[in-house]
Amino acid sequence: MSDLLISNARPYGGDAVDLVVRDGVVTDIGTGLSAPDGAQTLDAAGCVLLPGFVDLHTHLREPGGEESEDIGTGSAAAALGGFTAVFAMPNTDPVADTAVVVEHVHRRGAEVGLVDVHPVGAVTVGLEGGKMAELGTMARSRAQVRMFSDDGRCVHDPLIMRRALEYASALGVVIAQHAEDHRLTEGAQAHEGVVASRLGLAGWPATAEETIVARDCALAREAKAALHVCHVSSARTIEVLRAAKAAGVRVSAEVTPHHLLLTDSALTGYDPVNKVNPPLRTAADTRAMRAALADGVIDVVATDHAPHAAQYKDTEWAAAKPGMLGLQTALSVLVHTMVEPGLLDWRGVARVLSERPAEITGLPDQGRPIAVGEPATFALVDPDGVWTVRGAKLASRASNTPYEGMRLPATVVATVLRGRVTARSDSGAGIGTARSDSGAGIGTARSDSGAGIGTARDGEVRS
Amino acid sequence: VKHLLSVTDLDAAVATGLLDTSDRLKQALLGREVRKLPTLRGRTIITMFYEDSTRTRVSFEIAGKWMSADTVNVSAKGSSVSKGESLRDTSLTLSAMGADCVVVRHPASGAAHRIAGWADRDHGSTGTHTSIVNAGDGTHEHPTQALLDAATLRDRLGGVAGRRIGIVGDVLHSRVARSNVFLLATLGAEVVVVAPPTLLPVGIDQWPCRVSPELDAELPALDAVMMLRVQAERMHGSFFPSAREYALGYGLSEPRAAQLPEHAVVLHPGPMVRGMEIAPKVADSASSAILAQVANGVHVRMAVLYHLLAGAPE
Repeated sequence: MSDLLISNARPYGGDAVDLVVRDGVVTDIGTGLSAPDGAQTLDAAGCVLLPGFVDLHTHLREPGGEESEDIGTGSAAAALGGFTAVFAMPNTDPVADTAVVVEHVHRRGAEVGLVDVHPVGAVTVGLEGGKMAELGTMARSRAQVRMFSDDGRCVHDPLIMRRALEYASALGVVIAQHAEDHRLTEGAQAHEGVVASRLGLAGWPATAEETIVARDCALAREAKAALHVCHVSSARTIEVLRAAKAAGVRVSAEVTPHHLLLTDSALTGYDPVNKVNPPLRTAADTRAMRAALADGVIDVVATDHAPHAAQYKDTEWAAAKPGMLGLQTALSVLVHTMVEPGLLDWRGVARVLSERPAEITGLPDQGRPIAVGEPATFALVDPDGVWTVRGAKLASRASNTPYEGMRLPATVVATVLRGRVTARSDSGAGIGTARSDSGAGIGTARSDSGAGIGTARDGEVRS
Repeated sequence: VKHLLSVTDLDAAVATGLLDTSDRLKQALLGREVRKLPTLRGRTIITMFYEDSTRTRVSFEIAGKWMSADTVNVSAKGSSVSKGESLRDTSLTLSAMGADCVVVRHPASGAAHRIAGWADRDHGSTGTHTSIVNAGDGTHEHPTQALLDAATLRDRLGGVAGRRIGIVGDVLHSRVARSNVFLLATLGAEVVVVAPPTLLPVGIDQWPCRVSPELDAELPALDAVMMLRVQAERMHGSFFPSAREYALGYGLSEPRAAQLPEHAVVLHPGPMVRGMEIAPKVADSASSAILAQVANGVHVRMAVLYHLLAGAPE
């Protein structure tokens, strides 16, 4: 069922090889290999083969926010972006703070079958910061929750944060903190700086992030617990993280694609598509993010994919909800900001988009080496592809992309999850070749896997 | 100029042109019993106010009426807004009714920009090219206030260029301050901002003004001083310890006003908190131009509506 021949692919951008996949596992790597009987073939046409991407920070909006996204549309966007696993944040309605809700999200993800959906559990009941949620029950549920976060809100009370870190350490799970001291960001609308001052938008000072990260690193150090810092946005936070890591604190950190590329200069027209939390900061901050991602102080890129239906963005700035789409543009923004300037090679891309996120959350079958005996879970990337972002054409139900009209490098031409093709792009020269070469194979794969989990419902995704 | 959203829409020539038109309109109406010009007959101006306002709303309404426009006032209370209608829907509805101009005040910074964007994008559906005038958006700008202040300074000082103007008080939350700093600088004035550090915006060092912590040190060399209103809610935000201490440091008391040069002008955008930011006797003194500001406000707004709806006069 999940047999596949991938021909002429360049693992980590290296020499071209063929890969034979049986039952979702790589069984042979070499040149001139032929397809197993009845297997689908995928002519990679010299594209770069990477382990499938793992997103530690996704908002799939289901349950409760289906006007903006659901697990079907979000999974499709993820697969088209090269992702094979996503962590779905708990700020849904109802909040994912019980085993019932996380199991529902997990089951829906499995039904759609395009990407492994790992629900993130809430740290506190209702994300309200007052009472610890049943972390153990969620961790031991069928959803096997590995990460807990009150994302969107900071676990502000230092005692609750301390207890959560201590408690989580025994469960082997990680607490992911949205670092924002709410007292310093009351009414905040934008990065506190020159642009926001001129625009009359109340400032979100970088210190509100730095102080919480410093506090949490101290708490994690004492508790010997694993702390993950969500969406780092300020240059000085990086210095806090650097010092904590040097001191042996078990802290990891993520940066979003938008904080690698965009700055608050985008705010001058007051278009809330650029409103996000934490806010877009300065060019100096984006430079610091890139350097920290290159040197490993920031471990991973996570999208903070946050779909919002038009009515939540087509408003005055203050009334708009914060957040932007990210799943289908993450790889391209990373290539644009890190690979093209020479800050990261394809090995590095594999590290920050796949291996480290899987390691931080202890996923056994994601972020694995491209090798015999390993799961065939891949993203196939055309490094020479160029595309123009159009929000209306993205798979998400909402279209709030800040990159509208931008021409970005690198296209995901196919995504493979345990030997099954979960996404293929119609655009780009690479895939055109792959399709004409292996047209029959693809057709077979689709009908072959018709009974399979993903294709039965949502089928193969095309952009 | 299609919309007036920010003083940065105006260069020195356009701003001066508006002030000149304002002067001519003022002269044209001077001494007339029937204050009615036919300039905007048949044009529709809607004021849409999401915040309480007396002087600005009435000033725009009178400006429209003195030029024979049909003026309609909408307030957030008693409209569809209270039923949860979005700003976009409300503004497009007014455009579709044929509003040639919508004058908007809104608590959100950038609201006028958004409305102008929607009006431009959807004029095919509404059937009207609506001009938007920002009558105060959050803590961003209040461009017609800055224009009327400039008109008043021209009247009293004979010009703006080269004059030293102090702006005192809550600059952080003041749309009046933002519009004035940038417009006065465009017109060639030297602007000095005086405020406690807690009420100064981050990055003000990149604005075209000088910042001073010491009002007393500045007063003797000012040609005009503009006192900003301190809103009651700031008292609870730990921006300063007490109204009393604020008044001691930054209020324009009688002894302070006495340090101003003879020719200096005292401005206040209103509404005033007498006794806190300005002493009653100073507000009512000969150097005070506070009521002249209000009178000029009507003429400046006439000029703005004239330029937007009928084009700049030759």
